[in-house]
Amino acid sequence: MIAIEFILAGMLAAATPFLLAALGELVAERSGVLNLGVEGMMALGASVGFITVYSGGGHVMGFVFGALSGMALALVFAFVTLGLHTNQVASGLAIGIMGLGLSAYFGKPFESFTVTGLGKIAIPGLSDFPVIGGLFRQDIVVWLSLIFTPALWYVLKHTKLGLLLRAVGENPHAASAIGYPVILIRLSAVAFGGLMAGIAGAYASTIYTPLWADGMIAGRGWIAVALVVFGTWMVGRVFLGACLFGAVSLGGIAAQTVGLAVPSQLLASMPYIVTIVVLGIISSNRRLVKLNGIASLGEPFEK
Amino acid sequence: MVFPKLVRRENASLPVLIAAPFVALAMAAVSNLVLYATIGVDPAAVFKAMLIDPFTSYFSFSEILLKAGPLLLIAQGLAIGFRAKVFNIGAEGQFILGAICASAIPVYLPQASGIWIWPTMLLFGVLGGLAWAAITAFWRVRLNANEILVSLMLSFIALQLLNYLLLGPWKDPMGFNFPQSVMFQYDALLPILLPGTRVNVSLILALLVTVAAWFFVQRSFAGYRLEVGGLAPNAARYAGFSQSSAIWLSLLIGGAAAGLAGAAEVAGPVGQLQRSISTGYGYAAIIVAYLGGLHPIGIVFAAFLLATLYIGGDNAMVSAGLPIAAVNVFQGSLLLAYLIASTFVRRKLVWPQGARP
Repeated sequence: MIAIEFILAGMLAAATPFLLAALGELVAERSGVLNLGVEGMMALGASVGFITVYSGGGHVMGFVFGALSGMALALVFAFVTLGLHTNQVASGLAIGIMGLGLSAYFGKPFESFTVTGLGKIAIPGLSDFPVIGGLFRQDIVVWLSLIFTPALWYVLKHTKLGLLLRAVGENPHAASAIGYPVILIRLSAVAFGGLMAGIAGAYASTIYTPLWADGMIAGRGWIAVALVVFGTWMVGRVFLGACLFGAVSLGGIAAQTVGLAVPSQLLASMPYIVTIVVLGIISSNRRLVKLNGIASLGEPFEK
Repeated sequence: MVFPKLVRRENASLPVLIAAPFVALAMAAVSNLVLYATIGVDPAAVFKAMLIDPFTSYFSFSEILLKAGPLLLIAQGLAIGFRAKVFNIGAEGQFILGAICASAIPVYLPQASGIWIWPTMLLFGVLGGLAWAAITAFWRVRLNANEILVSLMLSFIALQLLNYLLLGPWKDPMGFNFPQSVMFQYDALLPILLPGTRVNVSLILALLVTVAAWFFVQRSFAGYRLEVGGLAPNAARYAGFSQSSAIWLSLLIGGAAAGLAGAAEVAGPVGQLQRSISTGYGYAAIIVAYLGGLHPIGIVFAAFLLATLYIGGDNAMVSAGLPIAAVNVFQGSLLLAYLIASTFVRRKLVWPQGARP
């Protein structure tokens, strides 16, 4: 019972880095661009965000600079893939390696330092319930993410902007023929992806676990990329997937509280194992992937 | 503002193809030296420590050869897959599994002796890497899952498995609680190739693999079939080549090569199983493969260059106070610069008529 309570209370905060990075990647992929540099952009956002907060800039500026640094890397990626037609897979890997390197490079003097996180905001009444009460005590970023997620869903599904993004991803040549600026739309989508990855990283290093350690993103950016596939490019399913990973990443601590004798390394591997298993289950439904997949994903666009 | 336009060349440009890696190196070097200057590290000192000092003594040159071995092995295996558009990004995990499987012999038979030990360890390493890559191949072929994500997740799991073994069952009881295995016995170590250095016979293996890769890619029908299976699955199916076997073959070759490299590392310079057996070789080898133009001969030079950066980075850390993460930044920007430069193999910039000054 304590374990369930613990997971319910912490799940959303643990899910937030996955969720924000995955939603950013979802928008980029909807426009037809596969950016595999999410891990690096998150790490750089985490490092820059942490340094800002540690140096007294405050959490808001931490998010601003974290987001900008993630976006800067994404713009480099956009320039080479959209402007110079380089291979998206290789370019994403290069950006990822650079981002990880830069995060460690800038973060080196701050290794294992800590900052103060943010307090939780409770919804009166609901947060007093037994067991599920913890679900209603979250920090401001979690609450904002919960507002942002349906808003993004609405924009993608019901506005012209969302339709445009989908058109560019499904058939860039047709979109271009009727006068839409394909490259500009893709550039914006990739930049948005970088912004979100940077915010996700900054959340991880300044609020969720308010400390800097080299390698602290630990594959969460890659899991975010996988989440977009799990969610078959749909906002709602990506949200559910992020919650699943939030719960799984807390499962280790929860298992220890109930006295389960499992090696800690196995528990630490759980998010990766779950990723592999779920990826196999979802992808093996070829119809589902084909139906929701992005037709031009990863392919360069040339007039 | 008038921007030049990027247009396709009628024929790929051979001079650009050959110049691309050198241009990339120059671009990466300049941009990184500027970056070092911003944190107050003397760029001239770094340049000397990184790209000149490694060649000034026999020993440090031999250390480059030592580092080049695993990079060369892994990259040759990966490049075969990349040519077929099978993106095995998990060589790091396959390398670790190779190291673990090879270590099983000296860990469980510490008293054993005989000439059979190190060759058997290498064989175990190959099998370990192969098995780890086979999971990815199965997921890709049977379950349609993306091989990039699966192979990468398996690398994270491999690292946890390594931690588990070194903190638990395989920890050296006399090792003062350090997370490492026993030191391997003499017969579990690869024979030294160059006297007075740490360079061992695995370098010869790497060169043999290079020759084999060259024959496979340039001369064999199987290599041709693999490439077509990856590049044009529909055409390949029509010709009776299977895409599934292209994926299986790509991943198994990559896994076997990475596993061999992992085994050669524990049986070579390291001499025991440690947490830090891989300093990112699996990821650096991806850069080596691309920088070498996915060509077996180009990869030899690229492996040598990346190995120089490793040794040079260590030098610069000691002599110029450069953070070791700078090596990763350099590696990433080198790959990016290469991708930029190689754009111009098939394309050129054209200024709009009349706009040229």
